[in-house]
Amino acid sequence: MKQLTVLSGKGGTGKTTITASFSALTRNAIVADCDVDAPDLHMLLHPQIIETKEFKGSKLAVIDETKCTGCGLCTEKCSFGAITENIKVDPFACEGCGVCTIACPLNAIALTEKISGHAYISKTKHGFMSHALLSPGESNSGKLVTLVRQNAKTLAEKEHAELILIDGAPGIGCPVIASVTGVDAALVVTEPTMSGIHDLERVLRLLRHFDVQPFVSINMYDINKDNTTRIENFCRKNGIDVVGKIPFNLIVTEAMVCGETVVEYSPRSEVSKEIKDIWDIVRHSLQLDRD
Amino acid sequence: MIVSVASGKGGTGKTSVAVNLALSIENVQLLDCDVEEPNAYLFLNPKTNQTRPVTVSVPFVNEKLCDHCGKCGDFCQYNALFVGSDRVLVFPELCHSCGGCLLVCPRKAIIEDKHRVGTLLLGSADDLELVYGELEVGEPMAVPIIREVKRHIKSGKNVILDSPPGTSCPVIQTISGSDFCVLVTEPTPFGLHDLKIIVQILENMEIPLGVVVNRAGIGDRKIYEYCKEKTIPILLEIPYQRRIAELYSRGIPFSLEMPEWKTKFQTLFSNVVKLVGK
Repeated sequence: MKQLTVLSGKGGTGKTTITASFSALTRNAIVADCDVDAPDLHMLLHPQIIETKEFKGSKLAVIDETKCTGCGLCTEKCSFGAITENIKVDPFACEGCGVCTIACPLNAIALTEKISGHAYISKTKHGFMSHALLSPGESNSGKLVTLVRQNAKTLAEKEHAELILIDGAPGIGCPVIASVTGVDAALVVTEPTMSGIHDLERVLRLLRHFDVQPFVSINMYDINKDNTTRIENFCRKNGIDVVGKIPFNLIVTEAMVCGETVVEYSPRSEVSKEIKDIWDIVRHSLQLDRD
Repeated sequence: MIVSVASGKGGTGKTSVAVNLALSIENVQLLDCDVEEPNAYLFLNPKTNQTRPVTVSVPFVNEKLCDHCGKCGDFCQYNALFVGSDRVLVFPELCHSCGGCLLVCPRKAIIEDKHRVGTLLLGSADDLELVYGELEVGEPMAVPIIREVKRHIKSGKNVILDSPPGTSCPVIQTISGSDFCVLVTEPTPFGLHDLKIIVQILENMEIPLGVVVNRAGIGDRKIYEYCKEKTIPILLEIPYQRRIAELYSRGIPFSLEMPEWKTKFQTLFSNVVKLVGK
């Protein structure tokens, strides 16, 4: 079983459009949406939820006001400024470390587990899907990504799937790291803008750091052809395969509005042809059987 | 006044709005809090005045004093300490710097060490002050760097915070303490879905907000219906125009080449001031 993560560094370059299209082009893959704080893949794949699990990723300090004398030792010891001067816990600032529980001389503070999201196992018309939703503003998205990947792996083993297809989050921080560790390859979707190039370079460094094979696809390549050439030259110099260039076309947005993958909505469009070609290259590189 | 620019979904135009707004008004400090992928400086070509490492406190275990009782490992909520029979392994990337291990160690065998997680950069472009941070590649936690960037907020300035995408802890760290939040979205199903999540967060945090619709004209009208229903003010619409996209791709703030936009961003800002004053 192989694992492929679709990444970008910069947001909004087309990760989800590509992941959803790949999912429609495979017949034997499990898809995992690892952008758990702003997941969008479900809007194109329409999963029917089979199983929901609570995600208890973090803890929160809770003060027993009947015991508290307001001495303020907890406020003083908290590194996150999460306990106010009138001894109230700020749930947005609390990182659940537990220092206040040992600082309190009266044992008036306890850590409680909180539900910080939900993980789902679902079925789409293309196969099984593992996804999740972090409760708004929660932390520990990396842990939830790990749970989504574990669920996908269990499903893949049960279904004898040959591929886990992972839609990653933007950035290079904890949820992204959690979505690339141990995968076989990553497809980085970039765009020919100054921001796109900057963020591509950082995400490629991240992949090298974690020893993951990168592929690069340039989305909306015709917005700025000079920058596209710059990206191609940069990749060539660093021995990275540019596996495709997708033209700008509002058909992608039209497909999204209709809740469909672009390869199903408009199979004969330039965009769809290019995505199919990219999928073929990636599939061959990962030595996946023909679907 | 502190105004943050956030979005939920990535790539909707936060940095573009933050930079063009900053260039259109006076007395500005722009803080790029997207430390995973900082982009604002690409549009401003600032002169870098200062660069400093950002470090966090992590435990250092003195093995001569340690008897491997395991209390630190049991206490740590983040699995940053593994206590073996003859050695303690510290995983600095997992540490949240709470200091709990130092407090629970009965033999005072743990002292504070420093671990570098990124860089803080202070720069300027003409009258505009720019503060931004850069997370070290491979480090997972952006929050300590955002905290460091925000430590440089100057009172009396018009402070603009460019937030990272998403709706989890780095976003909360950025927007907390803001007087107003400008949410940049695009009129598509993805844009709307992620906008709803961030609106819910801002309502919980009791931060007033308004929406900028970027790439107006593509997609559908549902964003407008949602904003109307929730009585969220639409502060500005930026139409989808090839010229704007092309200038963006070259790293040029479009209000510099299309000066009519400068006035629109000034109006946006004065409307924000009015909304905060309410």
